[in-house]
Amino acid sequence: MIYFDNAATSWPKPPGVAEAMTHFIEAVGANPGRAAHRQAVESGRLVYGAREAVCELFHAPDPLRLVWCKNVTEALNLALRGLLRPGDHVVTSSMEHNSMMRPLRALERPERSSGGVEVTVVGCSPQGILGPAAVEAAIRPNTRLVALNHASNVVGTLLPVAEVGALCRERGLLLLVDAAQTGGAYPLDMQASQIDLLGFTGHKSLGGPMGTGGLIVGERVDETQLDPLIRGGTGSRSEHEVQPDFLPDMCESGTPNVVGLAGLEVGVRWVLERGVGAIRAHEVALTQALIEGLRSVPGVTVYGTLDPELQTATVSFNIDRMAPSEAGLRLDDEYGILCRVGLHCAPTAHKTLGTFPTGTVRFGLSAFNTAEEVQAAIAAVHQLAEGVI
Amino acid sequence: MTSEYAVVLVLSTSHAMRVEKLLRDGAIPCKMIPVPRHISSDCGACVRIQYGDMDAVRCAVEAAGIEVESIQAI
Repeated sequence: MIYFDNAATSWPKPPGVAEAMTHFIEAVGANPGRAAHRQAVESGRLVYGAREAVCELFHAPDPLRLVWCKNVTEALNLALRGLLRPGDHVVTSSMEHNSMMRPLRALERPERSSGGVEVTVVGCSPQGILGPAAVEAAIRPNTRLVALNHASNVVGTLLPVAEVGALCRERGLLLLVDAAQTGGAYPLDMQASQIDLLGFTGHKSLGGPMGTGGLIVGERVDETQLDPLIRGGTGSRSEHEVQPDFLPDMCESGTPNVVGLAGLEVGVRWVLERGVGAIRAHEVALTQALIEGLRSVPGVTVYGTLDPELQTATVSFNIDRMAPSEAGLRLDDEYGILCRVGLHCAPTAHKTLGTFPTGTVRFGLSAFNTAEEVQAAIAAVHQLAEGVI
Repeated sequence: MTSEYAVVLVLSTSHAMRVEKLLRDGAIPCKMIPVPRHISSDCGACVRIQYGDMDAVRCAVEAAGIEVESIQAI
């Protein structure tokens, strides 16, 4: 079997992730921050250790400004719904996932009390490339935030977040980056790229389990202006009926997913030990071979930049006269190749690429895939394409 | 009589973890304990230190930029 659905969630996980989660269930088990007995303290240490690991990876200076969420979608919702007010203007791109687009579209609706936010979607090229000049041209006097993914989940195209970060500093705007597709797979330095809000998910290239993710809140963001998505018990300031006003507690109500965070820390430590640079080099080599191989197959169209240096290890393609759904089914049934087909929760991105509403077949590779698997997949696509010519 | 211990009172358990790690890295003995009831009604944890280490802890915490509520003898 060949697992090429890593852009949805990575599998397998790094060694030790499952063991750390089992260890928590069997030997720790306590609620962090709700008591101070030895197991509660150990539970708190696991949560804090995961904070430190993620912050080290993204070069974020303060682990206490990392807010755990259940995934990047929740993190983006927290940033957008928490910060934006009626009359604010946001600039985003036409390559966004619905995790960014849907909360923005909901905030636009004037009939809602939280609505009345203005949104400009800056068009990208048919390869998914965003020009920083187009972002600059979209800025208005009431622009508060630029919100971008770091790389497309459909074709892997990298967006110029560092250039936009510099622009945002110059213009006094905040930059929110969705690192779902790049965290752990592509170098990402929150300070060097001048990112103010970084949303990440734990279950993709960070190697952790589902149910883990978060939002790192940079120093330029005034947390007193950030409304939590939910409020409740935090284990702190228990004498007060009102929510704490400091990070991370103000945005971390309720018992956290410690079993997941225990696994996430091991995943992130594995990434740090192996090195994002080495992981990236491995994935670039695989992506190069995959793009070249697929492009050599008659009747196959590959989308995106076609340049592995300009994208992640996610490659979208179609076979002439074969629906993506059929290709996906046959790749699974006949070749044991697992991938994702369709619109990948990103209709605007597919419109940009010219693949809406049919969608594409998406191969999402990870650090655990091999050159042999890539060649086997190319051969399988070749056989499928030959069958319809 | 001189106290044997002091505590670092912090905003949250996350802050306590950060203080604990800082002190351990600096080889300053410490232990996470429940906040003593006579000091605060908070139900959370705090970091207990040796009374004689209070000044060293205050310096370390300030140098690291960690916000604490107070450092006091118990």
